[in-house]
Amino acid sequence: MSEKSSLITELEALQQQAEQELAGLTSESDLQNWRTQFLGRSAMVMQIFRRLPEAPQEERPGIGQFANQVKSALEEKLAEKMDAVKASALQENLSGESLDVTLPGRSPSRGRLHIQTKVTREVCHIFAEMGFQVFQSPEVESDDYNFELLNIPAHHPARDMWDTFFTTEENVVLRTHTSPGQIRSMRAFHPDPIRVVLPGMCYRYEQTDANHEIQFNQLELLVVGKDITFAHLKGTLEEFAKRMFGRDVRTRFRPSYFPFTEPSAEMDVECFVCGGKGCPACGSKGWLEICGCGLTHPVVLKNGGYDPDVYTGFAAGLGIERISMLRYRIDDIRNFWRNDVRFLEQF
Amino acid sequence: MELVLSWLKEYVDVDLPLPELAHRLTMLGLEVEDVHVIGKPLPTGENKGFTFHGLEWDKDHFVVAQVDEVMPHPNADRLVLCRLIDGQGEHTVLTGAPNLQEYKGKGPLDKPIKVAYAKEGSRLYDGHKPGFELTTLKRATIRGVESTSMICSEKELGISEDHEGVMILDDDAPTGVPLVDYLGDAVFSISIPANMVRCSSMIGLAREVAAYLDQPLRMPDLTLPKGEGKANDAVKIEIRNPELNPRFVAGLIRNVEARPSPYMVQLRLKLSGMRPINSVVDATNYVMLEAGQPLHAFDYDVLVKRADGKTPTIITRTAEQGEILTTLDGVEHKLEDYTVLVADTAGSLSIGGIMGGEESEIRPNTTNILLEGASWNFINLRKSLKYLRINSEAGYRLSRGVHPTLAEIGVRLCLRRMLEWSGGQLAEGLVDNYPLHYEDPTVAITTADIKRLIGIDLTAEEIAGLLRRLMFVCEVKGDTVTATAPAHRMDIGTGVNGRADLAEEVARLYGYERIPSVRLDSELPPLRSNPKEERNQLFQDTLVSMGLQEVISYRFTNPDQENRIYPPESKPQGVAYVELQNPIAVDRNVLRRSLLASVLDNLERNARQRERLALFEIGPVFLPVKDQLLPDEPMRVAIAMCGLRYPSAWDRKDKGTFDFFDLKGVVESLLKALHVTDIQFEADSNPSFHPGKCAVLRVNGEKIGWLGELHPQVTANYDFGDHTRVQAADLDMDKLFSLSPKYFETNPITAFPPVIEDLAMIAPESISSAEIVRVIRATGGFLLKQVELFDIFRGEQIGAGNKSLAYRLTYQAPNRTLNDKEVGKQRDRIIAALEKELDVKVRKAE
Ligand SMILES: [Zn+2]
Repeated sequence: MSEKSSLITELEALQQQAEQELAGLTSESDLQNWRTQFLGRSAMVMQIFRRLPEAPQEERPGIGQFANQVKSALEEKLAEKMDAVKASALQENLSGESLDVTLPGRSPSRGRLHIQTKVTREVCHIFAEMGFQVFQSPEVESDDYNFELLNIPAHHPARDMWDTFFTTEENVVLRTHTSPGQIRSMRAFHPDPIRVVLPGMCYRYEQTDANHEIQFNQLELLVVGKDITFAHLKGTLEEFAKRMFGRDVRTRFRPSYFPFTEPSAEMDVECFVCGGKGCPACGSKGWLEICGCGLTHPVVLKNGGYDPDVYTGFAAGLGIERISMLRYRIDDIRNFWRNDVRFLEQF
Repeated sequence: MELVLSWLKEYVDVDLPLPELAHRLTMLGLEVEDVHVIGKPLPTGENKGFTFHGLEWDKDHFVVAQVDEVMPHPNADRLVLCRLIDGQGEHTVLTGAPNLQEYKGKGPLDKPIKVAYAKEGSRLYDGHKPGFELTTLKRATIRGVESTSMICSEKELGISEDHEGVMILDDDAPTGVPLVDYLGDAVFSISIPANMVRCSSMIGLAREVAAYLDQPLRMPDLTLPKGEGKANDAVKIEIRNPELNPRFVAGLIRNVEARPSPYMVQLRLKLSGMRPINSVVDATNYVMLEAGQPLHAFDYDVLVKRADGKTPTIITRTAEQGEILTTLDGVEHKLEDYTVLVADTAGSLSIGGIMGGEESEIRPNTTNILLEGASWNFINLRKSLKYLRINSEAGYRLSRGVHPTLAEIGVRLCLRRMLEWSGGQLAEGLVDNYPLHYEDPTVAITTADIKRLIGIDLTAEEIAGLLRRLMFVCEVKGDTVTATAPAHRMDIGTGVNGRADLAEEVARLYGYERIPSVRLDSELPPLRSNPKEERNQLFQDTLVSMGLQEVISYRFTNPDQENRIYPPESKPQGVAYVELQNPIAVDRNVLRRSLLASVLDNLERNARQRERLALFEIGPVFLPVKDQLLPDEPMRVAIAMCGLRYPSAWDRKDKGTFDFFDLKGVVESLLKALHVTDIQFEADSNPSFHPGKCAVLRVNGEKIGWLGELHPQVTANYDFGDHTRVQAADLDMDKLFSLSPKYFETNPITAFPPVIEDLAMIAPESISSAEIVRVIRATGGFLLKQVELFDIFRGEQIGAGNKSLAYRLTYQAPNRTLNDKEVGKQRDRIIAALEKELDVKVRKAE
């Protein structure tokens, strides 16, 4: 072996030693030490150019080139090793951070609307899509608006249909329905055509039980125009029933009586609890009484300021609590205003 | 109203399956609630949603039989042995029925007793057990006598609850015929709408069914046999107020004998919910159920006696104010001056159409009867009924309007029934005083009206055809039908109202289900916004987004309940409430004035359930206003919070509870959502709140409401469980919303970085943070964007009575990066102002 190749031999041996040592290293700091040892300023590979004079002139370029090859080979190996070490260190770290994912989560404090706010909004929303606007009126009403102007004169037998809370102020009652809003909206909007929903709290003087409340939400519709027929009443309410209870739901209209509508009807919706087969929710009838309705009585139109020879209209009324009770199988209407959070938080 | 099918069939042919009949009645507006089937098989398959219940009597086991002899039982006094023929053979049947005892040991009977007989193996109800329990009739030996079959009571057959004795059928009951063929029936319970009282009778119902099926109606025979002596000579009738008593018809029958009515009559009364009394009383009730006309029977001899033996005069008149009458139920009534009395020259006899008087009522031994059929003003009658608090079948019908024609029909029918069931002789003719004739309205309706109202195309002939089925008298001219209402209904108006009435009748008979469904296609009305509704939703949604639960309370309360929001000595006196005349309970006698009280009631109801509660309500309170008919109903928002600030979790160490600043944060966020500006919270005193933890909220200088921690004396008025500190607010929603701008400006997002500086100072406790912030803001100039308190500290280092406050100030320019010099200039100005205007010492930055 000549003197010229001994530098190369030395480099080869060095490379072998470096690679061997590198293979056994596992930590980043060891790798740093290794870099200082084999690729640092004083490392042999870096010092080789200073030792080139030891070699013959003509061999020097070859040695230099070889040294550069060794250097980049080691750097490449180091980089590879570094990646591997980092990956395994990360792996180790992550596995140390493992959670028991079955532990319960921390609940944020979630707020909720009262269920009846939600359902009322839903019903109003459906009617809003059909062009109906919300109109509100007072809960404490005069006998005039609650009865007289709605074609329910004093002492008329139709008054038996409403058990009324009277206040100590003469001729002032707690409204028994949202219908006073029919007169109020007509008087407010006359002579424009009307399409409104009248939601709100109403009151009935009766003993409370699972199905009867002294305070309940009603929602009425009123349409007034020059070409409104019973066919529109049917079309509107059927569409509502489909949007509220499902496209396939069947409805039926049968004659009924309300003093402020004529013809009057009751709309039944096929029981969505049992699909019409009969169950406790529908009293095994297969039908649910959902809403009373009818063409606006001429007297009511007149009292609202509309000429019944020119205008026609229809009205309909729904009980909002009843809808919720059917939908969520609530068996006691008194739950709504008791506000037990164990009830409210279920929605 | 109970519809007894066999009875209905006397007036109209109807052969529909029971579910179909129930369906058609319901679709006519006569809603069937349930059907009691008597003896016949229950419908199978499609029930059209109706409930049928009852006992089937199979033809092999249940037959009409006759008892030819009633013999004593050898070993038991209370039992008898009946020799019975069931059409196939003779049997000895054991029974303990008390109503057969009287025939015991009388040997073979001249007239056999017809009974309902059940053979061995029959399925029927156990008469001795409460309720209706099915049993099978088995061979048994009772006191040494073998028994295989039985004579039935109504209860055992599922007809009624009566188990007093066995049924004794009418003499013409055909022995050997299956019982179901003789007595089988169905009773439909129908709810009659208030405008269809004309259907509160068998004939009334038959009319509707006949119209629906387009079948003729068979009216019962109304002719009266020749009488003895003229009724007109036996009584005079004087009507003083025809408006209130348009018609009074009377008939006279002499020498009647009250006895048990025929079984069929008793059965029909029972099935209709009335109690059989005797053949005279039963006749009046039967005819009321048959024709719809309430009738009243007077003891004619009492009337004659009261007239001192002369011809009595019946006078109808209004009562004197305070006049007293004792009715036949023994109750003394003090009358109002609008109530109409039937009287004679000696005084009052009965309350017209409502209830008879004690003195002239008929008794079992009454023989001469004056029968009254009258029509009364229904509005006035209802008013009297309400005042007198009397509920009766007669009152129910008469207070809804019974046509005057029925007064005569009723009297005629009833006299016939009395003659038939009680014997006697009629006086010739009727006494009929009809001073105010009811004009049956005539209404014109056109094909265009039907199109305009109902949305269907019918020809005038078709319209007339439908109305004629309902017995309207119709004339057709071109497109117009002129219809006169039949003389049995009072629900048809005139003019435009009558037109609506006719349209309803046309639609009802045409069938609602045949009317097409059409979507609204007319022009939309002008769109108006509803700010109130938008406001409600904004408040609700904002508060919900902050984790609060909405509640909706009863509006009913009582002053003591509400006054719990005040400490004992601070309860307000003489506050006016909307007060109820007829509260449902003493503790719910007024409408609320305080929404805070509502929310606190709810907090109390839930306090023991939860370690954390945050509730709110929005809603009206009711404030009476002097000289104003209706109260004001201002909208308020109330909030109440107590318990843990954060929901607990398995590793959460923070067990801090809600304090004033949690509540204030909620209120501030709400104000931010409303984009109101110029907000002030000022320390204030309010009896409901802790004197040191209460603020009044002002926006634009207007008082909006209070927030704070409840005064411990208020907390003590409630049972909040372990929760000792409750944060609550009560704000004026209307005012707050009116101050909220509809539109507001947004700030541009600037690309230039802000400069943030901290400013710490020592201030005496007497200086509020709000004052410091006001000074900082006032001097900070437009570059100062935000002032935020981030630390507050008290300790020895800064001396007693002092506090250290640290604020973070954010400066930013929209168009450039600020330099230290500019910011420094602002800072110096702020520090100078603070130290000059307030007694604070700004700590120099380190
Ligand atoms: Zn059902």
